[in-house]
Formats: sequence, structure tokens, C-alpha cells
Amino acid sequence: MAKIKYIEHNGKHHEIDVANGLSVMEGAVQNDIPGIDADCGGGMACATCHVYVKEDWFNKLPEKTEGEDDMLDQAYEPSPSSRLSCQIIVSDELNGLVVHLPEKQI
Amino acid sequence: MTDTDVLIVGAGPTGLFCAHQLGIIGLKCEIVDNLDKLGGQCIELYPDKPIYDIPAIPECTGEELTNSLIEQIKPFNFKSHLSDRVQEIKNENNKWIVKTLKGKEFLTPNIVIAGGVGSFEPRKFPSKNCEKFEGKSVLYSIKDKDIFKDKKVVIFGGGDSALDWTIELSKNSKVTLVHRRDEFRGAQSSVDKIKELENNKKIEILTQYSIKDVLGNENLETVEIKNEKGESKTINTDYVLGFFGLIMQLGPILDWGLNLDKKTIPVNTENFETNKKGIFAIGDICTYPGKLKLILSGFHEGALAARGCFKYARPNEKYRFEFTTTSKTVKDRIGVKE
Repeated sequence: MAKIKYIEHNGKHHEIDVANGLSVMEGAVQNDIPGIDADCGGGMACATCHVYVKEDWFNKLPEKTEGEDDMLDQAYEPSPSSRLSCQIIVSDELNGLVVHLPEKQI
Repeated sequence: MTDTDVLIVGAGPTGLFCAHQLGIIGLKCEIVDNLDKLGGQCIELYPDKPIYDIPAIPECTGEELTNSLIEQIKPFNFKSHLSDRVQEIKNENNKWIVKTLKGKEFLTPNIVIAGGVGSFEPRKFPSKNCEKFEGKSVLYSIKDKDIFKDKKVVIFGGGDSALDWTIELSKNSKVTLVHRRDEFRGAQSSVDKIKELENNKKIEILTQYSIKDVLGNENLETVEIKNEKGESKTINTDYVLGFFGLIMQLGPILDWGLNLDKKTIPVNTENFETNKKGIFAIGDICTYPGKLKLILSGFHEGALAARGCFKYARPNEKYRFEFTTTSKTVKDRIGVKE
């Protein structure tokens, strides 16, 4: 279990306990957090669960696979701190993770 | 106006198998899809990715699955209308009149929405100014490449479309390719080719930049780009092209008065009818308690929706359940000779 903080583009915070093994995307979708669409359902086939992860946490996450960066090319306003939240799998180590949601997902 | 028993919206695996089920029970259907080919997400997003959870098929790709489904409905000779999109519907005497973007009209008692997560549309630039020039000098697809002859063109993107057009247009235009990172995801041979063109000063490549805005009065004059450090550059150009792949949008279906739950349509699980009589929703686009977004669930939903269509298409007949193994009528429909 890890406490994940989702910060919407308008600054609204949501702190959610997400079970180990779920993705950060699933944590958001199951708790109705606006700002993560996840159109493809976690198949790394779209870029609508795009989040920004600040440096301190970004470097602690397992590295992106090539396919993830390919999809991020198609995200709205991607940056070097962009991740697809469906590819971040929750574990105890991620307790306290903060993700920032983009202005929109397309 | 085309008269048909059922209009299927969406030619993904769910829509195609629903067509099969309609054929089996003796109904006619027409299929509309926004893509230029049958197969939906299977063919557009993952034609080469293996799928492992189609019953009785241990492994197949999106393309193989699509080809098999097309093969399976071949005997029925259903007509498909590709690169078109359903636009508006109107109810008249218990039938639906459906109009498409290209101006086709259908008259049908049943509409089956098998639209996945929506129709595929090109992903666009975020800037408002881009809308002003869209279709004239800001483009997301190319219909006539001759318009670029001897012109300045700035292309955004890092995938195959961006690279292929960079290579093609570099023959007769001054091309600048802009991409947000140093790696390109297009085919290696194309990546090698653009590097070669760059070395020979045929094109310019700017990486780690993305679009900021486009500027111009009557005509597009410049495009502004920015990098992560906040630095900007301005490039004089006649055309700006964006190739960021496709996104899925529900589009006009949102305006049909259907109940919606986020981006999905609630249905009953008896025949997958929506809140509107004669409009059914199956596959990823529908929702109900326990819904799984699996292709196999879409097949089941399509089979039941087809039976749901029967009562409106043949109000004076009674639907009879038959097995394909034994029914002579069904075998005749498939064209099996005994």
C-alpha cells in the first residue's frame, strides 16, 4: 500500500491509498479523480493517463520503456518529467509519490 | 437513402462479429467506420501486437484477428462505409434516419453502436491560433502534396508519418523537422534517411522543441517553437504540419440523447439496448455492472444485441434459436453446401 498524491492542474489535491500491484492510473480511475482519462485501459496504446513527476520522485521510479516514450510523444504538452501513469506500478517504496496532472489529456 | 435492418457504427472486432450474428439470424446490416479500413483499434493501434485471450485462439495479432473476422462475415456480403462517420440521427415512425459526414443516409429500425472509445481523429496542436489556419496552412494530413512545391514547410512529430513526409517533401520543399526529444520512433531506415538529408543540408532538424504558436494575419507567416529551458525560436514558414498520431473522440454520439456514464453508454444486459429504443451499444463503449473491456465480452454483447435487433426488424416474425451445426437455414445463409 502506498499513499499517492494526485494534484490536478487547478491545484486541487487528492491523497489516495493505492494497493500494491495496481498502477497509478488505476488508483486514479477507481477513485474518480478527474484528469486521468485512460482511454485504452492501461495498454500503453494511448497517452491519456499522462502525468508529470517531479525530479525527486522521477528518478526513484523504474525507467520508462521505449514504447512509453513513443506514446508520450502524442501526449498533450509532454515534458522530460512526463510519465504514463498506467506504467507506474504501486509498491510500498512509492509511499508519498506525488503526480501532477496535465491541463488536459488530449 | 439506404434501407437496412441494422446500422453498425464501428468496424472493430465487436462490430464485425455482431454483423456475423446478424447474418446468421437472417438480418441485413451496413457498417460505418471513420477509419479507412476494417478492424478498429486492433488494426489501428496494435496490428502486430499478439493477443492471448481470444477463446480457443492461444495467440493472434490484431491484424490476424481482424482478417479472420472479415473472412467470417464474407458470405453475407455486408456493405461497409469507411472513412465516414455517423453524424446525426432522427426518429421517424419508429425508424431511425441516420446521416453521415459524407452525406450518406440510412433508414433503419436498429443502430448498434460498437464505437470503442470513439472515432479516431488526428491529434491537434494546442494553440488557438492553429485553429484559425487549420485546413489551409496548418494541416494534420496531406491530400495533395503538390501544394508544398517550392514552399517552406515545418513538420512536427517523431513517428513514421512525420519522417515519411519529411523525406518525401524534402524533394521539392524547404523542410524543417521539429521533435520534442532526440530519439525518433519511426522506422530505423527513415531515421537514417533524415540524418543523411540533414548532413547534406537538404533539411533542418530541431529536437527538444515543441510548438508554441503560429502567427500571421491573412496567411500563416511564422511558427514559434520553445524548448524546456524556455528558449524560443521563430521560423518563417508557409505550412505547418502536425503528425502526433490519432486520438479517440466520441464525437456526435454525445448529442444523440443517450444516457452517458463518463465516456461510456449504460445498457441493459439482456439485449444491450440503451435508453433509446432501437439503439444498442456493445463493446468498449457500453457499460453495465461487471463490464469487462475484453474482445470476448464484445462478442457476447454483439450476439445478444443482434437478437435484440430482430424484434424491431421483423416485428411480425418470431425469433427462433438455431445452432450453426444443425440448422439448414443457417447453413444456407453462410453458403455451406452439404
